[in-house]
Amino acid sequence: MTQLPPPSAKKLGLVIDLDTCVGCHACVVSCKGWNTENYGAPLSDQQAYGADPSGTFLNRVHSYEVQPEEGAAQLIHFPKSCLHCEDAPCVTVCPTGASYKRAEDGIVLVNESDCIGCGLCAWACPYGARELDAKEGVMKKCTLCVDRIYNENLPEEDRQPACVRTCPSGARHFGDLGDVDSDVSKLVAERGGFDLMPEQGTKPVNKYLPPRPKDEMPEFDILAPYLEPIASDGKGFVGWLDKALSSLPGGAK
Amino acid sequence: MHPASSVILFNTFSGLGFGLLFWLGLGVIVPTGMSAFIWFAIAYIFAVGGLIASTFHLGHPERALKAFSQWQTSWLSREGICAVFALVTMAIYGAGLVFAGTQLQLIGIVGGIASLGVVFTTSMIYAQMKTVPRWRHWTTPAMYLTLSLGGGALLAGQITLASVLLIIGGILQVFAWISGDTRFKSSGTNMETATGLGHIGKVRAFEPPHTGTNYLMHEFIHKVGRKHADQLRIITIGLAFVVPVLLLLLPFTNHIFAALAVLSHIAGVLTLRWLFFAQAEHVVGLYYGKR
Repeated sequence: MTQLPPPSAKKLGLVIDLDTCVGCHACVVSCKGWNTENYGAPLSDQQAYGADPSGTFLNRVHSYEVQPEEGAAQLIHFPKSCLHCEDAPCVTVCPTGASYKRAEDGIVLVNESDCIGCGLCAWACPYGARELDAKEGVMKKCTLCVDRIYNENLPEEDRQPACVRTCPSGARHFGDLGDVDSDVSKLVAERGGFDLMPEQGTKPVNKYLPPRPKDEMPEFDILAPYLEPIASDGKGFVGWLDKALSSLPGGAK
Repeated sequence: MHPASSVILFNTFSGLGFGLLFWLGLGVIVPTGMSAFIWFAIAYIFAVGGLIASTFHLGHPERALKAFSQWQTSWLSREGICAVFALVTMAIYGAGLVFAGTQLQLIGIVGGIASLGVVFTTSMIYAQMKTVPRWRHWTTPAMYLTLSLGGGALLAGQITLASVLLIIGGILQVFAWISGDTRFKSSGTNMETATGLGHIGKVRAFEPPHTGTNYLMHEFIHKVGRKHADQLRIITIGLAFVVPVLLLLLPFTNHIFAALAVLSHIAGVLTLRWLFFAQAEHVVGLYYGKR
């Protein structure tokens, strides 16, 4: 059914820490690895070793440069996957009922045997979380590793999404964002977690934690002022040298 | 948005076909026998041909029947149901005219309104997309309906109706373009809200997630040809609206001029539909620092 269920009490999702993500793409690789071998159709690649490689990924890491009004620019790595929105526009546009949001935990999934591959859900998603697999012709998206998190055949520490399990910098957290006392909810409250494109009205479950403000390093090197490599005042020996070298044929003015 | 030829063909020809079915259903022309057969054949070739073309972009067209199930939320599902209903109803009305020479007036009116319903539901697939600010506006359904009515009247040989509707259509299209040009900016979605990093400063895409392309970039980021948008808009207005109206208003009726008016209109609408997709910008492009 593509009608959205009433908001579930349990809202499973991710919290992504933009302060600690180092942009290593390990989550991208582990996601592709797990999801190509498990739930649903494999994630195909086209011309993987050719001149113009492309493929289906459920999680991608962008990198942004943010330039504050003053000071140096910051580089921020930005992993992005399905945000399992509460008001998921990708679900309601689906003509076949293949796209659905689970009433019990809020995970948004695609029933691939019902998907006609029309692509309308990808149009409706503002985040680019859905990709139509070029080989299988069905829509692929993050399942929040639904086949791991409830899988009792796995050791308990592995019952979390592959991206979270693999992240070497602890930038990804998984939990119930519907429970205000859960670790992830506390983290969001403490660090001021935010929604992506809140104006789109999708009410994403996944939250992003902002980068912490950069430290201001005080100048402590007492020799530094004497070792300025470029003389700008044009006085003394350096000034004479500057003029003398400039006056030579071909010298820099 | 990627201007897929299958969807452009569908929008153009189904729009014309269902427009013609609307006027036939309303009894603006009431042909019987062989001439009715020809009229309905033209309408069905356009309407059904377009619908078939639209299935070419599906990953699994063999499952298309499932698409009739989610009419409660999905405009695409509503469109499918509406199309089948309109085609069946109009087939009954057409059969009455062709084989019995009788006009089943009520069935014709119901089928005609349903035909226009197909065009409306199609337009709402685009107009509902919050992710494409240019489309999310009343001008999208208004334009689809006016084009279908005008094109249908042109096919039906209704000189006055077609002229009036095409003039309205041309004015409406110019308004839709001009008002649409600023809608992405005024939607409030930008790189700062997309990344949530606006509180630090100006955001610039530094490095994409991959060296190659992907489905999203292919489907939603389209730049080729946008640079010619101004010329294409002039060509569209000329071919789709001005030339057909001028040909219709010539003081002598001539089948060749009528045919030329139809051909010119079709060429214009194809360009118009191409622009409709090529110029529409999806907010996901922001994540790639592109439109």
